[in-house]
Amino acid sequence: MPVAVPELDKARTTLDAWVRELMQWHFSPETGCPFWLQWAEKAGWDPRKEIHSYNDLDRFGEFQDEWLRGGPVRRWVPRAFKDQPIYTFETGGSTGVPKSRININDFRTDYELYSKTLPDDKFPRGSDWLMVGPSGPRRLRLAIEHLAQYRGGICFMVDLDPRWVIKLIKMGEMEMMELYKRHVIDQALTLLKAHDNIKCLFTTPKLLEALCEKISLKKAGITGVFCGGTEMTPQFHRFAVEELMEGAEFRPTYGNTLMGLAASPKRRPEDDWAIIYYPPAPRAMIEVVDPDNPTKIVEYGKTGRARLTTLTKEFFMPRFLERDECEREAPCEEFPWDGVRNVRPFSRFQKTVVEGVY
Amino acid sequence: MLHLPILRWGVPYRSVNQVVTPHFRTRQPFVSMSQANVGLIRRDLLKQVEARELLLKIPVAELVKMAGRAAGHFLNDTLPLDPESGTTQTPQQYIEQVSATTGMPFSNVRRNMNKVHGVLDRVEEVLAGLTRGLDLSVLDAGYGTVNGQMLSFFPRTDALGVVLPSNSPGVHSLWAPTPVLKMPLVLKPGSAEPWTPLRIINAWVKAGLPAGVFAYYPADHAGGNEILRSTGRGMVFGDVGSTKRWKAEGGRVEVHGPGYSKVVIGPDLADQWEQYIDVIAESMSNNGGRSCVNASGVWVTKHADKIAEALAKKLTSITPRAADDPDAVLAPFADPETARRISATIDGDMKGESGEARDVSAAVRGSARVASAHGGNYLLPTVIRCDANHPLANREFLFPFASVVEVPASALPDCLGSSLVVTCISSDPAFRARFVASPHVDRLNFGPLSTTQIGWDQPHEGNLFEHLYARRAIQRLA
Repeated sequence: MPVAVPELDKARTTLDAWVRELMQWHFSPETGCPFWLQWAEKAGWDPRKEIHSYNDLDRFGEFQDEWLRGGPVRRWVPRAFKDQPIYTFETGGSTGVPKSRININDFRTDYELYSKTLPDDKFPRGSDWLMVGPSGPRRLRLAIEHLAQYRGGICFMVDLDPRWVIKLIKMGEMEMMELYKRHVIDQALTLLKAHDNIKCLFTTPKLLEALCEKISLKKAGITGVFCGGTEMTPQFHRFAVEELMEGAEFRPTYGNTLMGLAASPKRRPEDDWAIIYYPPAPRAMIEVVDPDNPTKIVEYGKTGRARLTTLTKEFFMPRFLERDECEREAPCEEFPWDGVRNVRPFSRFQKTVVEGVY
Repeated sequence: MLHLPILRWGVPYRSVNQVVTPHFRTRQPFVSMSQANVGLIRRDLLKQVEARELLLKIPVAELVKMAGRAAGHFLNDTLPLDPESGTTQTPQQYIEQVSATTGMPFSNVRRNMNKVHGVLDRVEEVLAGLTRGLDLSVLDAGYGTVNGQMLSFFPRTDALGVVLPSNSPGVHSLWAPTPVLKMPLVLKPGSAEPWTPLRIINAWVKAGLPAGVFAYYPADHAGGNEILRSTGRGMVFGDVGSTKRWKAEGGRVEVHGPGYSKVVIGPDLADQWEQYIDVIAESMSNNGGRSCVNASGVWVTKHADKIAEALAKKLTSITPRAADDPDAVLAPFADPETARRISATIDGDMKGESGEARDVSAAVRGSARVASAHGGNYLLPTVIRCDANHPLANREFLFPFASVVEVPASALPDCLGSSLVVTCISSDPAFRARFVASPHVDRLNFGPLSTTQIGWDQPHEGNLFEHLYARRAIQRLA
């Protein structure tokens, strides 16, 4: 259903006001982080005075991937948070040195906001969760645990090192990869059998498939599945809902360390199982841009490269070009801002990104 | 646009994920294929035992009769293509569709169609060749008495997984008899040639075989790998690189890569080389030179220059013709860039510093190797004269290509390397004996037989029966 203009305007006004507030925060010596304060000094202009709206963020140019690879990571800690406990989360590490992002409370905030989109009858409050996904330095490990706790549950965990999986695939050790997958799934099965109150599951598409080869989710008491961590195709979406869920709710998600967590709108038949996500505006925005001219946003329904802007008090990252492509999705009633459809690896990159089984 | 479904143990399924293959000439979308995701394949393949049980209920004798009927349906009947849309396929449409996505001339497709028909129609003869005349009813009970001796065979798998190529429909004759051996089939068709396996399945089903013994999964490489991983026995067609992993498994997956097939003229008949030019040309060019049984090497002990020259002249008569021309031999490349890339590879190897090589055809033909005609890009027949150590001496390409190499008779056959088919033209028993003893020759023809000529009673490229069954010791108290 098309979104009424006042709703769109309201969302935009909120976004612009949030951008102005963040400029004051990130570029004031009392609150900003060393990286952005030094950047502004070198740039010779003051974002606090010259950035008035979200569109003005184009003045920053493209955020460079390399800035997040390697240290010192403390240059990203806003002065206002210097005495807070700091987490550092890493991206998957599919390609080279992983990117790091500092975190204080963002992951909690993101997942608390996301929690509001989960139906209580399928993700019952007070029920326990099982997290079978990337652990270690990844945000997901703590974020899912926080989501479970926020909803009154306890989160059971299984370790999973996706970098080892990627290495196994690159070495051609497919049988070893299968053994590792089985090792992960065996642990998940043990936990499901031992703890009756586990009703909610977070896992990745491939691990969900593997788990469902061994058990019926229904018999295991799972009523809600939150799925993400790697690329998901529309066909997988359909397959999961029609053949794996057995009545459980399937919630695909697109999240990453740099953005936070994007939510899916209600499924509509006319979308033909497309995976549609909306970013957690105004805390993050995803736009779909022309790969040859990344300041130009493509038309609705057209394909382009995903461009991410993260706007929280802990982390400011304007105009970051993701390694993904997708179609631009129009705002909807639930989310009156731009979304993305069918996110997948950017086809122009020659180097294959190994995502593995995790 | 046409649509081809997935078959999930016989049940058609339309995927959200579709891959469109264009017509080779117009480059317009021609067929859309439902793509199976890996999870779907894995989940279906948990049911291999159930699929096999369907076949265990049917006596071998009945399966043989069905194969005969399936042969007729494959060759002559209108068969379903996409039950959801009600699309069907006549034999002529089949020929045109294969041609549209592979570039093969109608005449080549028809020849391959007859080959598939032949293997189904004469399945008893084919299987007798594979089993050395075993009475296959032994598979009904699992054991039996043959010539007074008790025999028992057990299946090595619950289904045969096959990852198929796109180069030529003839290769499907290798797995087409599988249901007679009471083994379900899990097929991943080639992206440009999905037609033949689907038509074979539909012919079998029309002949009375339960559809539930067939799984047909158009998919990406990951899907193909999953099929080979999840079935106890497999068969894969591909180049050296893509099949290396499966070769390393040591026989669980039968690998069909390049054939490096050759014609050899022994020293005793070397001076009569002119008599064999026709059979060499046929070995190179039959089926457009696209098969692993096409000769890609001519190894002789004398007169190599003259043979190369004569062969090049003979092959100049093979020129691009329209797809529906009954005399068409050459197939254009569905992807126009492929022809240019292959030609550049040959030129690159010729310029290398690994010994002398000469494109004899270039001088005879007087035109470039790549030719555009009838809306397609062709590679014209090519004869290279080179040393035995040159990289082009043992190469294979998807068009009529051969290197003519001169070696001392004492070096043969060791210098040939691994060869799927060798046609050995010699009357010298000692020379022939060396070929018989060679572990590197898979199929051996004595005399001027084309490398592409198939004997129905001779196993070709592995033995399907031995791949699927192993013999066990059995004894019974009288």
